[in-house]
Amino acid sequence: MKIIVEIFIIFMKIGAFSFGGGLAMLPFIEKEIVDKHHWITSNEFIDIIAIAQMTPGPIAINSSTFAGYKVAGILGGLSGSFGIVMVSFILITILAKYFIKIKDAKETKAVFKGIRPAVLGLVLSAAVTVGKTALIDIKSVCIAIIIFLGLNKLKLHPILGIVLAGIMGILLY
Amino acid sequence: MERKKRMNQLLRMFFIFMKIGTFTLGGGYAMIPLIQDEIVEKNKWIDEDEFIDIIALAQTIPGALAINTSTYIGYRLFGFKGALLGCIGTMLPSVVIILIVAAFFLQFQNNVWVEAIFRGIRPAVVALILAAVIKLGKTLPKSILNIGWVIGSVLCITLFHIHPILVIIFSGILGYMLFKGENSDEDNC
Repeated sequence: MKIIVEIFIIFMKIGAFSFGGGLAMLPFIEKEIVDKHHWITSNEFIDIIAIAQMTPGPIAINSSTFAGYKVAGILGGLSGSFGIVMVSFILITILAKYFIKIKDAKETKAVFKGIRPAVLGLVLSAAVTVGKTALIDIKSVCIAIIIFLGLNKLKLHPILGIVLAGIMGILLY
Repeated sequence: MERKKRMNQLLRMFFIFMKIGTFTLGGGYAMIPLIQDEIVEKNKWIDEDEFIDIIALAQTIPGALAINTSTYIGYRLFGFKGALLGCIGTMLPSVVIILIVAAFFLQFQNNVWVEAIFRGIRPAVVALILAAVIKLGKTLPKSILNIGWVIGSVLCITLFHIHPILVIIFSGILGYMLFKGENSDEDNC
């Protein structure tokens, strides 16, 4: 039971300090779970990252659930996943209440007029980062182009796009 | 009657986030187009402009982007209950799937079929993100200032490795300084 609480607190801490989503969280997890507590090995940690990226859902949730499971089974997994969302959940419920009240103020609008193009830049740079590891040969570039055209021109549903890409993967590789 | 309708909407939102959580590979950013499709376009619960603000807010708060976005949308629509169901709905599929995969991990790992499927899916994730950029970009006025701002922040992050949170904070301050004098009615372009 002690280890379950410990996992929860560690992942709560990780959740509180990592900005920028799941991938930004991985170095924190490695430091705590591998280096400090020696609960899993470096190799196991690499496997966790791979699985977290291959399974559906947020990478942060996937990796903390998996890491928690490795350390202490199902309860450990649950403790990891609830720990990681705890801080942002509390922050959002506090902030949302306040933000809804001020969101129509002139000052707020001015701030968000600056933030909006930056968010587009952020999302675009995620495409650059993912692209560096995902677009590795001509086949993968072709898949990306076909799916992009399908989504953008033919209004293909994103879920269908992923299924289609999986089928292309079987056919091409 | 009104309460029952609200309850149905709340459950509907819960299942929508569960569905999104089940089908998105590639983490939070890949989830944005799906959330947009369901929440903005299909159900018209939130308009396009507010959706962009929510993403910005979700990125300035620590934690998983997808969780932050769905928790916020849930709170915005149904209060605390909505936040709780938005958050749990998004988490639940991953947690269940991970626990199953973790239990059978070694058998799965080197299967050629599984490998081939994921080799196909990875580049598609890039396409998904780009499609989200284009959709989100449609709500921004196509001024030189905005285009420069987008390109500038991409360069800051990918080339100069400036932390995304700093880019957001700096853009907010700059926006405040540039636009605070403007009449807020002009915003709806």
